[in-house]
Amino acid sequence: MRPDSVAWALRRVGRATLGSVERLGFAARFSVAVLVHSPAALRRLSLTLREIYFSGVLSLVIILVSGLFVGMVLALQGYDVLTRYGANESLGVLVALSLVRELGPVVAGLLFASRAGSAITAEIGLMKTTEQLSAMEMMAVDPLARVVAPRFFGGIVSMPLLAALFSTLGIFGAYLVGVKLIGIDAGSFWGNMQSAVDFRYDIVNGIIKSIVFGVAVSLIAVFEGYNARPTAAGVSTATTRTVVASSLSILALDFVLTVFMFRGVGA
Amino acid sequence: MNRSTLDLWVGVFVTLGIAAILFLSLKVGNLLTVSHDAGYRLIAEFDNIGGLKLRAPVKAAGVVVGRVEAIQLDPKTYQAVVTMRIDHGYEFTKDTIASILTSGLLGEVYIGLDSGGDTKMLANGDRIAKTQSAIVLEKLISQFMFDRAAGNGGAPAAAAGSGGAK
Repeated sequence: MRPDSVAWALRRVGRATLGSVERLGFAARFSVAVLVHSPAALRRLSLTLREIYFSGVLSLVIILVSGLFVGMVLALQGYDVLTRYGANESLGVLVALSLVRELGPVVAGLLFASRAGSAITAEIGLMKTTEQLSAMEMMAVDPLARVVAPRFFGGIVSMPLLAALFSTLGIFGAYLVGVKLIGIDAGSFWGNMQSAVDFRYDIVNGIIKSIVFGVAVSLIAVFEGYNARPTAAGVSTATTRTVVASSLSILALDFVLTVFMFRGVGA
Repeated sequence: MNRSTLDLWVGVFVTLGIAAILFLSLKVGNLLTVSHDAGYRLIAEFDNIGGLKLRAPVKAAGVVVGRVEAIQLDPKTYQAVVTMRIDHGYEFTKDTIASILTSGLLGEVYIGLDSGGDTKMLANGDRIAKTQSAIVLEKLISQFMFDRAAGNGGAPAAAAGSGGAK
């Protein structure tokens, strides 16, 4: 069949569709399997603790430093714009709301995906390539319970804590730049922030966002690793896919969540 | 890695994370002073609420004493019915006047409460009798323009003066 015929093109479309449907179905079954095996992660807490160490503690430096710098840049840029309207005491409000509602969960999620998600995928992918997963099955150890579930839960626990730390450091950075460097009154910086930020509406919604992103990133990371082709190139492709897919799903999920959380109320 | 150092680091991480959440809740979200205090409710009817929004502050002498909880339209009187949640510890007299004010030209819209000299206090669910509606800038401007247009035939200077006073 000639490669430029209509039937050839249609066949390619059909194959691509079937491939993605199959992948989607596999991903859904895999998610259910991980959830079914999740009690194992809680029963063997030491495994999950180890994963919290690898995905959470080792991500601390990048999260803290980027949070600090994001907050400082926000303060400088925000001051530049706000001062045109004579509203520079609102700097605290601007920084706190943008960090707690959006930047904290989203940027921490993106960093988490590239720092911890890629590592999880590479690790599981390499275990598969070197047939460690098959060896476990031979020894009647379920790799879903022993390898996948602890990493999944480690990610879910780490992500909200990392997002909160990111926002906190960002607000601290904005305080350093706004109050210490530029010289905004500290009282109006904190006071305006406190009167504008609502616990239920802003902070709880931000935490919910970060939990959702944690679930998404961890699930994508373990899925891509478990589903990687067992070759060196396959592991590298899977790692790339983890970063791309989780970044895109964080941004898309963030839009959907924002529509439901912040639409209409108060407007 | 040694089990005890791993535990230590995870413990440090989780403690830091929870401390960050507490910081956001208490220092940024100001959960302590707002608290879960259910407060009590007051109702006020306004002819026009202007740009008043849900969760807008209720202030007395500039101090935030509560928040706007609900805004509805009374289908019979065509008035806006505003429910305010006032924190416990603040009491207002029966002859309190509620007015809708704006802080600055572009600032937020809030409800100001001015207490009178009555000895009885408002209780939960009470209705504030005297209210003052929001000042709608467009109406003021059009009033001013009409006054000027009407006054131009007679005494222009006096009309301009009275229009400005409104």
